[in-house]
Amino acid sequence: MNDVEKGSRQRSPSAWSSGLVLAAAAAVCTALVAVTQRLTAPRIAENEMAYLEQSLRPALAGVFYDNELAESTLVLAPPHGLPGNEPAIIYRLFSEEQPVAAVFVVTARGGYAGPIRLLIGVEYSGELAGVHVLEHQETPGLGDRIEASRSDWLTQFEEASLESPPRERWAIRRDGGEFDQITGASVTPRAVIRAVKETLIYFESNRDSVFAARATGDTEQEQ
Amino acid sequence: MNGETLTHVKTGLWNENPGLVQLLGLCPLLAVTTTFVNGLGLGLATMFVLTCSNALVSATRRFIYSEIRIPMYVLIIASLVTCIELIFEAWFPALDRSLGIFLALIVTNCAITARAEVFASRNRVVPSVIDGMAMGAGFALVLCALGAFRELLGQGSILARMDMLFGGETMRGLALFDGGFLLAILPPGAFFSLALAVAGKNAIDRRRKRMHGLLAARQLS
Repeated sequence: MNDVEKGSRQRSPSAWSSGLVLAAAAAVCTALVAVTQRLTAPRIAENEMAYLEQSLRPALAGVFYDNELAESTLVLAPPHGLPGNEPAIIYRLFSEEQPVAAVFVVTARGGYAGPIRLLIGVEYSGELAGVHVLEHQETPGLGDRIEASRSDWLTQFEEASLESPPRERWAIRRDGGEFDQITGASVTPRAVIRAVKETLIYFESNRDSVFAARATGDTEQEQ
Repeated sequence: MNGETLTHVKTGLWNENPGLVQLLGLCPLLAVTTTFVNGLGLGLATMFVLTCSNALVSATRRFIYSEIRIPMYVLIIASLVTCIELIFEAWFPALDRSLGIFLALIVTNCAITARAEVFASRNRVVPSVIDGMAMGAGFALVLCALGAFRELLGQGSILARMDMLFGGETMRGLALFDGGFLLAILPPGAFFSLALAVAGKNAIDRRRKRMHGLLAARQLS
């Protein structure tokens, strides 16, 4: 039984037939990808929604809300005044039509390795409900201790606001602030603290328009 | 056929293991093996892509003229990787997030192109599929071994987060000791672990050879 074929490589085909073969292969492969995409799309959307609900929870310690998150989403195209120059997302939470809190998805710049996506829950009063790291590429074992699963560094933001600690003390201890540092990593916490502070300042001056703005779709409004 | 199948399997798993001998696909090999479950996830995905790409390349080898073989391989492999990425996103969302870009980067795993070029383009479908599975399994085993080793050293646990692959509650795994040796999870740890694995394999091979030599000598005398 000889599986090795020698003939197939020696023919020298015309450019036309090569092109045709490539085009046919491209068509078949595209169809394959399209079918897979069609089959998986509903599940992927479902996962994303479940993941959203689940991932907003850590930024919302104890906040009760009764509205549909997807229907209260606000996507702000840059420039929006929030940290980062990617689109910022705001989920607004209401209880019996009264605004109770807002969750911001913003990008902290100035991390050690690339942008850090943060989830920042702010209660209507301006007090932080919680901060959660969605995505980062910080060094494993050092900067990645900002992750809730690796240390409780993020819990110190709970109940913090621009009044406590006062604005000028929003920094790690080494820089004369009130927040704990992470041993071996100071760049990462600085970036996170700055982004949280900027978000609080934004919320302070835009609170009413944030809650008044119409949900998704009309992303341009909002001063 | 059976003897031949066995040879293919042995070649893929041991003699020409893509990770330990051919040293192909090192980028994902070194980057994702911080935990066992990551290694297993990427290993299975790579094995799937390798098997399917071998099957497709082999089935269409009559039409793959040598002038256009590279774009054909790229087309086939890239489509398969896109599919597996979507499948992971749909069924293993947590694992997909944990593997991140490295799932998509299976495209650049030269072990796959190498098998298409060296084996699948010259052999029938069945041996090609067996070769793809064997090579993929060999690669996956190295990924799992490195992942387990680095997870154990670096985090003091083993089999943590297996729920990302099998569903259910968050699993903490077996915590054997606290703390762990940080270097093992950092990139240098990946190189050290791989070096250890390659050295271990070579040592075993040498030992075996010596045993064979001794045996032969004894039979002669």
